[in-house]
Amino acid sequence: MKITGKENRQWSRLGSRATYGQAILMLAEINNDIMVLSADLGNSSGLDRFKSAYPDKFINIGIAEQNMIGVAAGLAKEGSVVFASSFAPFISMRAAEQVRMNMGYMDLNIKAVAIGSGLSMAFLGNSHFGLEDAAIMRSIPNMTVVCPADCAEIVKTVFAAAEYPHPMYIRLTGAVGFPVVYEDDYDFEIGKAVQILSGSDVSIIATGSMVYESIVAAKILKENNIEASVLNMHTIKPIDESALNLVINKGKPIFTIEEHSITGGLGSAVAEYTSSIPNSPTVNRIGLPDEFVVTGEYRYLLEKYGLVGDQIASTILKSLNK
Amino acid sequence: MNTNELLLLAKKSRIKILDLAFKSDGPSHLGGGLSMVEIFSVLYGKILKYNIESPEWKDRDRFILSKGHGVLPFFVALHYAGFISEDELYTYKKNESDLISHPVMNMRLGMESSNGSLGHGLSMGVGIALSLKKKSNLNSRVFVVLGDGECNEGSVWEAVMSAAHFKLNNLVAIVDFNKLQSDGNSETIMDLGNLEKKWESFGWEVCSLNGHDIEALVDVLSSLNLTDRPKVIIAHTVKGKGVSFMENNNTWHHNRLTLTTFDQAIEELNNS
Repeated sequence: MKITGKENRQWSRLGSRATYGQAILMLAEINNDIMVLSADLGNSSGLDRFKSAYPDKFINIGIAEQNMIGVAAGLAKEGSVVFASSFAPFISMRAAEQVRMNMGYMDLNIKAVAIGSGLSMAFLGNSHFGLEDAAIMRSIPNMTVVCPADCAEIVKTVFAAAEYPHPMYIRLTGAVGFPVVYEDDYDFEIGKAVQILSGSDVSIIATGSMVYESIVAAKILKENNIEASVLNMHTIKPIDESALNLVINKGKPIFTIEEHSITGGLGSAVAEYTSSIPNSPTVNRIGLPDEFVVTGEYRYLLEKYGLVGDQIASTILKSLNK
Repeated sequence: MNTNELLLLAKKSRIKILDLAFKSDGPSHLGGGLSMVEIFSVLYGKILKYNIESPEWKDRDRFILSKGHGVLPFFVALHYAGFISEDELYTYKKNESDLISHPVMNMRLGMESSNGSLGHGLSMGVGIALSLKKKSNLNSRVFVVLGDGECNEGSVWEAVMSAAHFKLNNLVAIVDFNKLQSDGNSETIMDLGNLEKKWESFGWEVCSLNGHDIEALVDVLSSLNLTDRPKVIIAHTVKGKGVSFMENNNTWHHNRLTLTTFDQAIEELNNS
């Protein structure tokens, strides 16, 4: 699946959810085996055009996420590649045990797509935010957890997921106007981090929406004579250990940045790995605090919790005592 | 198999269940296992289409034991059907065996799914039944066995609702209605009311019968797919059926046989 900067900018205007729907529509043109499920959030998942174009491949299961994952398991058992979407907490928490039994234990070919993860549900509040989902999903054996950095990466993730015959949790952060990280095509592989910027002074490892903000932060750091590398760790599990080894060997402070609780997500995954490596650099986890957060506009919330580029740069500078 | 053969299969299955439980040297879910012996005998002796040489044969019927703790009659049925050898059967509850206290998906052994947590199996059955319809496989049917206690789980009713909505007349649920659950009397713990009317009001075709009546089970299971609705068989059963001191005695929900109780139970069954 190749992308262009022009396409990516168009998808960015649609936002992450509509891009997911668009990706599914494109995937259906080349893959006859997909089945797409929704728990009464088909339109919110950008699937309205897909529903019209492929009515036989779309199932609205009603407002019943547990049943959705169970039905997905039956369809997957019979050979379908199943994409099932809902808001992050409704899949990762309400249907957590169905996910564990059907996707984890039985290793079935189901892609659970968490729309509106992180803070992007804005005024819908904590009931709809996805702040713990990566932590929960990461702890389930057989599960792969991917958090795309921009809309092009959402498309690439959907296409790669269809070729990967195991369960996957696809975590969509970002909203309408999801900033563009990739202006050109690039190689995307599940489990393989993408080096976005090189730099010898600090190492930033980011995932999802925070990849773009990290690039902004790196530019500001450069103005302050700090060269920061930025690694897009789109796959939180399994984490790319060889990419982490390169970062560790650099011997410079590591900063992980994620639109997720600092408990259990990317930062924890990185810290778990580095903790077993002698003389590994410190890992500074930047993310959301272990608390129910305030409610507001998406951008306001990112700023409130220090997750926009200039704030990330300030945090890093402060940490370096600069 | 004819009725007499099915009766004999049920009798030898009960003896095998007790032998297996006794030799496993630990507690087993005996009560809710013994209540399903006729159901399993009829399913595997007469109704289900399967091929032990080709366990993934696409025209096979799919079977899911949603009340996953009821493995004893399931494993014994798979044994007499030819999926599980005598030697492998007696690995039941040995360290790292494929045969534990709940089904673990294993097509070689004839097990379509992993279960154990209640309220999951019917949803998967709905998904399989939907898939069969979409692929125009009109030969295979889906059978799911649930417990009455299991029907406390909300997810059961999500699945029940969806099966009727999708008009899955290739799906058959059988509820082992033995009126007891882990902590005791089901009516006292969480009254299911009129279970037949509940399923009917959700849009299912309902059949109520004595779950130990082999002829009644054969009659109903031999005449499926007559409407556009999924079908549920509410099988009224006796927990611990066949062993006098276990019948309706919930201390045998999950319990261990001693040599004395084992000998007594086997003697009763041999004389029955």
